[in-house]
Amino acid sequence: MKCQLRVNGEDHTIDVEPRTTLLDALRDNLKLTGTHVGCEHGICGACTVLADGEPVRSCLMLAAQADAGPEITTIEGLSTAPGELSIIQDAFCEAHGLQCGYCTPGMIITASALLERNATPNRDDIVDAISANLCRCTGYGQIVEAIELAAEKLRQRNASPSEASQ
Amino acid sequence: MKPVPFEYERPHSLKAACQLLADDEDAVIIAGGQTLIPMLAMRLARPSRLVDISRIDGLSGIEEQTDNITVGCMTRHAEVERSPVIASHVPLLSAAMPWVGHAPIRVRGTIGGSIANADPSAEVPLVLVTLDGTITLSNATGSRTIPARSFFSGPMMTEIQPGECLTAADFPVWQHSRTGIGFREIAKRHGDFAMVAASAQVSVDATGKCIACAIGIGGVTDTPLALPELASSLVGTAFTDQSVHDAAKAATDNLSAMSDPQTSPEYRKRAATKLIADALMAARNDALETSEGVTT
Repeated sequence: MKCQLRVNGEDHTIDVEPRTTLLDALRDNLKLTGTHVGCEHGICGACTVLADGEPVRSCLMLAAQADAGPEITTIEGLSTAPGELSIIQDAFCEAHGLQCGYCTPGMIITASALLERNATPNRDDIVDAISANLCRCTGYGQIVEAIELAAEKLRQRNASPSEASQ
Repeated sequence: MKPVPFEYERPHSLKAACQLLADDEDAVIIAGGQTLIPMLAMRLARPSRLVDISRIDGLSGIEEQTDNITVGCMTRHAEVERSPVIASHVPLLSAAMPWVGHAPIRVRGTIGGSIANADPSAEVPLVLVTLDGTITLSNATGSRTIPARSFFSGPMMTEIQPGECLTAADFPVWQHSRTGIGFREIAKRHGDFAMVAASAQVSVDATGKCIACAIGIGGVTDTPLALPELASSLVGTAFTDQSVHDAAKAATDNLSAMSDPQTSPEYRKRAATKLIADALMAARNDALETSEGVTT
């Protein structure tokens, strides 16, 4: 079946089987392989993307359900330009918020949705948000620190946009 | 971890959706898909056809009626969680929402899906049964409304007949001015299925005496279970820690609790006793702190 997807601000028409998940459509049809395949049944959060700005599991959504539906944002859509890092991505590097990196796209998407809604999350808010995402390397401590750092940097940027962009 | 092939339909009217279901006994409804898609991925579900009801007008939304709140079947958990109408009129449902999976699940998951799926440990059915709400089912020719307490017939089994679609749930609104709620749950990790959950709503009069009480448990028996005898036995009483605990123990003693490798029936009953008592005391204390009611 034909599906019209709007992903990272671009429209795509793809031809997929009805059983194709949004996750597989993003990776196989649109070659957006930043969204990772983990458990494929909604447990691990590695495939988290934004649908109209809200975090969703792309393995728990059929491409058909996204047809002419919500606007999808993947990890590729968060950075300002190819090769550049968003503030959240940069904070994950700086705080060593990853080891193998497999869960990282999902973590960053989840963090992005959290920070969009709550500019000053406390530790409990962050832990609650990323409780939907499994990491088997870091023990989560540095991921929480990375999101705290990202929140701080975003607040600084929003307070003085010109300074932060230097 | 890939589903078997199936057909996909996205009708634009409820009648067309019900007709598709009536014409094909292996067709299933997909609403949010947060339980169905994992079942498809694990090939535990092998439907011939999915009938996507997400683009049918009128199935989503929260509506205030005189003495209840109607929640349309396609209303997402996240919308209910953030709804000021639900928070003020059905606070027990608001309190239960953070326990439904994780935030990304609640963005897609629907109220109707949670109810129709009939997982014995699910929170939304528990709240609906506790409050003695009703469920509306429609087919191609009409609709009927049945009490939630007679809707669930077993684990993942309901009174939904072939060709029917669950279209709405009605949550009663209590008019007593001093009403409080308590919701308690034990799961292995936050977001996991409840091993045991208890939900309670209690109203008190000006002197603090209990004048109305509702209590229910989830995850213990094979359907969410209201305990109306326990609730009515507490109306008019002093509601002490000891009396509530004793009443909770009596109510759970003879239950036929489920068993699984992690959770024995004995543990379920012991936990249920504790959570029932905690939820009731929390609801009663919440009511005592309320000078204005849930309906203001």
